[in-house]
Amino acid sequence: MSKGRFGVHGGQYIPETLMNAVNELEEAYNHYKNDPEFNKELEFLLNEYAGRPSRLYYAEKMTKDLGGAKIYLKREDLNHTGAHKINNVLGQALLAKKMGKTRLIAETGAGQHGVATATAAALMNMECVVFMGEEDTKRQALNVYRMRLLGATVIPVKTGTATLKDAVSEAMREWTSRISDTHYCLGSVMGPHPFPTIVRDFQAVISKEIKEEMLKKEGRLPDAVIACVGGGSNAIGSFYNFIEDKDVRLIGCEAAGRGIDTFETAATINTGRLGIFHGMKSYFCQDKDGQIAPVYSISAGLDYPGIGPEHAYLHDIKRAEYVAVTDEEAVNAFEYLARTEGIIPAIESSHALSYAMKLAPTLSKDKIIVVTVSGRGDKDCAAIARYRGEDINE
Amino acid sequence: MSRISEAFKNGKAFIPFITLGDPDLDTTEKIIIEMAKNGADIIELGIPFSDPTAEGPVIQEANLRALKGGINTDKVFEFTKKIRSLVNVSLVYMTYANVIFSYGSEKFISKCKEVGIDAIIVPDVPFEEREEFLPYCEKYGIDFIYLIAPTSNERIKMIAKEAKGFIYVVSSLGVTGVRSSITTDISSIVKSIKEETDVPCAIGFGIQTPDQAKEMSKSSDGVIVGSKIIKLLHENEAEAPSVIGKYVREMKEAMN
Repeated sequence: MSKGRFGVHGGQYIPETLMNAVNELEEAYNHYKNDPEFNKELEFLLNEYAGRPSRLYYAEKMTKDLGGAKIYLKREDLNHTGAHKINNVLGQALLAKKMGKTRLIAETGAGQHGVATATAAALMNMECVVFMGEEDTKRQALNVYRMRLLGATVIPVKTGTATLKDAVSEAMREWTSRISDTHYCLGSVMGPHPFPTIVRDFQAVISKEIKEEMLKKEGRLPDAVIACVGGGSNAIGSFYNFIEDKDVRLIGCEAAGRGIDTFETAATINTGRLGIFHGMKSYFCQDKDGQIAPVYSISAGLDYPGIGPEHAYLHDIKRAEYVAVTDEEAVNAFEYLARTEGIIPAIESSHALSYAMKLAPTLSKDKIIVVTVSGRGDKDCAAIARYRGEDINE
Repeated sequence: MSRISEAFKNGKAFIPFITLGDPDLDTTEKIIIEMAKNGADIIELGIPFSDPTAEGPVIQEANLRALKGGINTDKVFEFTKKIRSLVNVSLVYMTYANVIFSYGSEKFISKCKEVGIDAIIVPDVPFEEREEFLPYCEKYGIDFIYLIAPTSNERIKMIAKEAKGFIYVVSSLGVTGVRSSITTDISSIVKSIKEETDVPCAIGFGIQTPDQAKEMSKSSDGVIVGSKIIKLLHENEAEAPSVIGKYVREMKEAMN
């Protein structure tokens, strides 16, 4: 079995043209991850620039209202640029810089990863090009403007379904045509090895902080950690330091779109099967001939037909559970958190919140749930208003 | 002697590509017959994939048109069986890993043998992942074609040593599609390959004109052309098979 495997999943299914690029990246990462100087620089950026550690907030009103388990929110929405994506991007941009790269390219769905990459590029004086499905540039017009404001070039991708998967394909194509000065700053725990490992390691700060803070606040570990899953970077970041703690339930929430019994869904574990795509072996939504399915979710960030290989493995060994949450349920959670706690979560994160709203009342009051609020919801307000039949200007 | 080795015995080999079922299989059939009649040595049959990440816009669109036209893997095998009885030329499949994996890798590759396919080219399966399909290819006597790119450098030796059938030398960085010029030092890549193996080298990506074919064939054993043929197909509609036939003849003649 080749490198970068999680059970049968993972690997490096990419064109020969890119093989030396990923090998070079792996070598650089293995060197710098143990380099005290690199880690000091990264920690400085995470703390002083991105605002870490993020808060672990006890959602008292939500807890009382739901009447069951105690709910804590891991506030990744409070990070600079408004989502967890900055954790990974600062790490990769710093690594790319050390490797002598001067240009970052990235794919983006909701635009959060694109904004984070454009931000890091501005900070570190690098050129930045972001690929974004044309459909998503419409759904997330505000983020397109933010990226441009930060000095990035945004390229709308018109091929295929014009969403996240097509943006990934196009970023990969761009990387094969320009490798020597360019780093592909992949935004999730997916793609060929070493990306799933690198992105996980940079996001693992989320579970490290949850663990430390939870021990301080409650003197024990939580009973469940819940996060939304598209490719799965905030989820793996939230789970990683709890994988060995078998009593902590790990729950990933996939986007069911209009329902897992419809074709308009993006719930990979619940509706997909094993396949090979975008550099990795994992689960994918696909038809009987292996053609990748045109998935759908109200959330541009979860609108992806695959899932990171480590999640596929955690599912196989039954260490994590993967549940499906519909558009309607997510929108309800979006509105609920705004009213109950005065926090507007990203529509992606709302999928995790929705499941927490279901789970909490079934657990006793001495149980503790942590929900990762992966991003803030300002970017989603116009789309949710439209979903509710109200047309507002962004 | 395998059909692929035979294909390189007739001077420099010309290897045209066509996407199966673009826009329908009747058209594909007419084109393949014309290609064979006009001197194609190997014909590369592209099995469409929804998200062909190694292709430029021209072949991406061909893939999507073919899928829209209703092609699927069973139809591909049925069609290949028929075409195999009509032409003598060597036939190879070009497709993406998931098409093969999804069908069942062993089932797919045994089917290749059954319908008369000589080799498979899978651009998203590099040397490191060859175990995915190679064991079945060896079992059923299908060549698994390796690609070598301008960025392969020290990897060339490792790949060339294990090559069977022919080696697909990628002429340029990036994806498939016509290019006005090719700047890679192809002859030094081919030279490194030849130090390790006698397996023939065919150059692909970006080639369109007889002059380019002539130039590329000086330092290699053959030339592969895809995007230009898809363009001819769509610029010429009903006349496409004969126009493509004429093009194949020009290219083959320019190289020899």
